[in-house]
Amino acid sequence: MIVQALVFYMFAAIAVAGGVMVISARNPVHSVLFLILVFFNAAGLFLLLGAEFLAMVLVVVYVGAVAVLFLFVVMMLDINYLKLREGFLQYLPTGALVGLVLLVELGLVLGSWVFAPEAPAQLAAPTPADLTNTEALGQIVYTQYVYLFQAAGLILLVAMVGTILLTLRARDGVRRQNISRQISRTREESVEIRKVPTRGGI
Amino acid sequence: MDGLLLEYLPILIFIGIAVVVAGAAVAASYIAARQRPDSEKTSAYECGFDAFDDARSKFEVRFYLVAILFIIFDLEVAFLFPWAVSLGEVGMFGFWSMMVFLGVLTIGFIYEWKKGALEWE
Repeated sequence: MIVQALVFYMFAAIAVAGGVMVISARNPVHSVLFLILVFFNAAGLFLLLGAEFLAMVLVVVYVGAVAVLFLFVVMMLDINYLKLREGFLQYLPTGALVGLVLLVELGLVLGSWVFAPEAPAQLAAPTPADLTNTEALGQIVYTQYVYLFQAAGLILLVAMVGTILLTLRARDGVRRQNISRQISRTREESVEIRKVPTRGGI
Repeated sequence: MDGLLLEYLPILIFIGIAVVVAGAAVAASYIAARQRPDSEKTSAYECGFDAFDDARSKFEVRFYLVAILFIIFDLEVAFLFPWAVSLGEVGMFGFWSMMVFLGVLTIGFIYEWKKGALEWE
């Protein structure tokens, strides 16, 4: 138990520190790298909660793909960040005030927050006790929630088609290799043998 | 719950070892190695690139296309894992529901292939 608590505090502390670094790092690429650190620690926290599948998906999808996408976006925006930061101190009091108000509000909400006593009984899909997380998910996602599952597939399809439409453009003057044309050439149409007269040339 | 976490204990130990080994390597090179900083050591060698320069420049939007397509198929694979684990319980309906999902994404894959989004020119 004590190990579990220690590991929780380690993951939580690194996640919070990483979050602070994400917004305070000077170089946006470093921010993305700190974001990856935060993702890893969030995966650790999910594991401590027993949500194995979510933890693995966080590593596979967020660290493997979304972070790469963030890196691309950061690299693609050709912005001078030093210029963006010029007015930073000027907005600091307002920003700090907004942050403080949010913090107080969150404190008020979370301080008085309790589970309603009838809430666990009303769960649509209560967690089975003797199954692993992944199995429990697998038993309902594909049957009970089949429409949402298919809708997810359609959303992925729309994303795929949309990306291709937005970013794909055919460029002129690009020579492509056409393999069938290449191997269907015959000797007759590509090689010619000529008699060259002495001192005559062709 | 505790049994589950016990299964992950080796990973935690490995993370600890990795941190210690990596930290030791960095610290040892600081302590044991000779440090002779010189501005020439960080300058470009002959006609090479500047070692410390702004790496941000506009590049092809095509990389972004590849990244998005990777995310989409990554998510598709993430859906396959719980399905594979519980295929025995969800029966024929679960099997065909996944086949329809894969079919929809295969349509997208065929579109992508035919459009030439996978070719780099």
